[in-house]
Amino acid sequence: MNFAVLREKLVTEALLTTPEITQAITSLAEIPQPPTNPNFSFNRELQKLLLGKQLLIDEIPYSLEDIQSHYENGYITMRKGITLNKNRPQCERCGNEDQSLFATFPCSRCREICTYCRKCIMMGRVSTCTPLYGWGDENDLQHTDATLDWTGTLSSGQQHASNQVIEFIKANKELLVWAVCGAGKTEVLFEGIHHALSEQKRVCVATPRTDVVLELTPRLQAVFPTIEVASFYGGSEDRQKYSPLTIATTHQLLRFYKAFDTIILDEVDAFPYSVDEALQFAVKQARKDNSSLIYLTATPNEQWQKECRQGKREFVTIPARYHRHPLPAPEFVWCGNWNKALTKGTLPANVMKWLKHRIDTGKHALFFIPKIELIPKILPILQKLHPDIEAVHAEDPNRKEKVKALRNKEIPLLITTTILERGVTFPNLDVAVLGSDDRIFTESALVQISGRVGRSAQFPNGDITFFHYGLTESMLKARKEIQNMNKEALQKGLIDVE
Amino acid sequence: MSEYCLFCHEEITSNTNWSSFFKVKTATYLCPTCEAQLIKIEGDTCNICNRPLEKLEPQFVINSRCLDCVRWEEDEEWKGYLLKNESLYEYNTFLKEIISQYKFRGDYILAKIFSTNIQQKLISDTLFVPIPLSAERQFERGFNQSEALIVEAGHSPTHLLERTHSEKQSKKSRYDRIHIPQVFRLKEGRDVADKAILLIDDIYTTGSTLRHAAKILMHAGAKSVSSLTIARS
Ligand SMILES: [Zn+2]
Ligand SMILES: [Zn+2]
Ligand SMILES: [Zn+2]
Ligand SMILES: [Zn+2]
Repeated sequence: MNFAVLREKLVTEALLTTPEITQAITSLAEIPQPPTNPNFSFNRELQKLLLGKQLLIDEIPYSLEDIQSHYENGYITMRKGITLNKNRPQCERCGNEDQSLFATFPCSRCREICTYCRKCIMMGRVSTCTPLYGWGDENDLQHTDATLDWTGTLSSGQQHASNQVIEFIKANKELLVWAVCGAGKTEVLFEGIHHALSEQKRVCVATPRTDVVLELTPRLQAVFPTIEVASFYGGSEDRQKYSPLTIATTHQLLRFYKAFDTIILDEVDAFPYSVDEALQFAVKQARKDNSSLIYLTATPNEQWQKECRQGKREFVTIPARYHRHPLPAPEFVWCGNWNKALTKGTLPANVMKWLKHRIDTGKHALFFIPKIELIPKILPILQKLHPDIEAVHAEDPNRKEKVKALRNKEIPLLITTTILERGVTFPNLDVAVLGSDDRIFTESALVQISGRVGRSAQFPNGDITFFHYGLTESMLKARKEIQNMNKEALQKGLIDVE
Repeated sequence: MSEYCLFCHEEITSNTNWSSFFKVKTATYLCPTCEAQLIKIEGDTCNICNRPLEKLEPQFVINSRCLDCVRWEEDEEWKGYLLKNESLYEYNTFLKEIISQYKFRGDYILAKIFSTNIQQKLISDTLFVPIPLSAERQFERGFNQSEALIVEAGHSPTHLLERTHSEKQSKKSRYDRIHIPQVFRLKEGRDVADKAILLIDDIYTTGSTLRHAAKILMHAGAKSVSSLTIARS
């Protein structure tokens, strides 16, 4: 789409009545922004859609005339989707600067060769002729008082963290909440969110996984019944909604721009290192200049742990689970060259013994393996122990059903890749890792896997065994971290001595 | 030759050995893992629409022709217009993802994936004609996916057709689709007399779009009309 500059305003080519020189938005030296006309009666639905956003024209279900008049009267803003830095394109929506993730095409919208970003193409194409639309007046809409409707009580560890969260939200600062798996981190957010909402702040809880968005939305809606929670994930229907409390996948943050006073970023560690930069960019764009950022994780990466130790990063720990029992620490068991055993159609004797014991005693179990390719070899061996044993992996279309079957005790044991390392909880479970020395089992993966055990108050214990063919740094660090948390929890009186 | 797979962005490591050293390097756009998921259409296929016959129940095949094509050719209104269709690949989940990212997300560069194969099918003395989009749809997508396939294969498209109305016909029944009076018309001032024409489209589904186009062109005097698509669903 091209624009002409007429009387210090941009005019969309399609709305021109006389022939004018037009150009793509990226080629403009400057984008004129007309002053706000207070007498203009703007569309309030359009305001709700665009406030704190950066949307493509295709995402705005209003006519070009409507959009143009709101721009001319100073309500709608436009930014370049792609900027050029010494002729190298940079995507203003996702921050991409990697030249291998840009491509060109003969574009029907601007009738020129357009450069577009491939990194964020799944959210619609941003090219050199693409404006990002937003709303000029950045003041949030007033919302009704949010009441906190929750009758539970926080453990003293949770309460301490909750108080810190409130303080950092008040001060518009960054805080890392380092909470062990099963600490009950969601409840820790309630008071902080409530406080932010009571100050008319706009809050976003962002998480990498759609599953978590779907689970959190009804939960937060239930504790904040007087406001309407908006939920953003691929395919969600809340796109048009404006809410003081938004739950979104981190991916969807790309549609927001200077929107939030408080962003709570859940499971920051669930990302491979490579996408971390893109996420940081999205978060930076989505938050207001003066805003708070709360990170939640059970397993901060090495860099962050170091920054915490050196006092360079503000953090608070919840070293114990809400049920006041220590975290089960992994036991390391050497099992020799299990790959070689596999070629003979078996597994090492101590591994088989562990598996057989779970089946004989009826204790449910997860059996983690390093690679999806191993499933066809391992599954038949385990099915000889029990025919109902199943295996899951990331692309398994029946993943949910199989997890449910384990939870309902319809199957005794599930073989899994790292896909089940987080998010799933079973009340009474034993866990083993085969080949815990494999590279895929990072420190954080191993801490998360260990965190599956002993989650419920009725069954706070369980067995977690790492079968290995040589110790790794990750294994040692993971065990150390769990032991440290238990030690800290004991010192702080957050667990009961058995 | 791109360094990264156009679809999954994995680095493509080329195994240079002595035998490949002497061969002419052909462009690679997909990594071996992705490439392996594109399934070429081979074996016995319908002698008109290129549909693999082994996947059909025997009662749906009559003399090397699928029942759909038999029905088209029995219909006085449609017989004899589309000479033959050729499709490169089976329309499996993987190809579906590629085509949807290409066409609906507008990831133009994915056209390159098919360029080498399409190039081999584009023979001289033929007009390569893309299936047109309506002006609104073309603006929405930013490009015509059929035209891009021809261009990326290194040829020039010949624009002979235009839409009489918009594309939104996917929900109509087979009856409706066949009986819309006209989907396309010949662009003004185009002469197709005695020309061999190859229509290009992304997917052959029911064949009705291609047959509508073929009918117009044959009535305008074309010598023959065939078609080439990436996928056969
Ligand atoms: Zn981008
Ligand atoms: Zn363009
Ligand atoms: Zn690939
Ligand atoms: Zn056929």
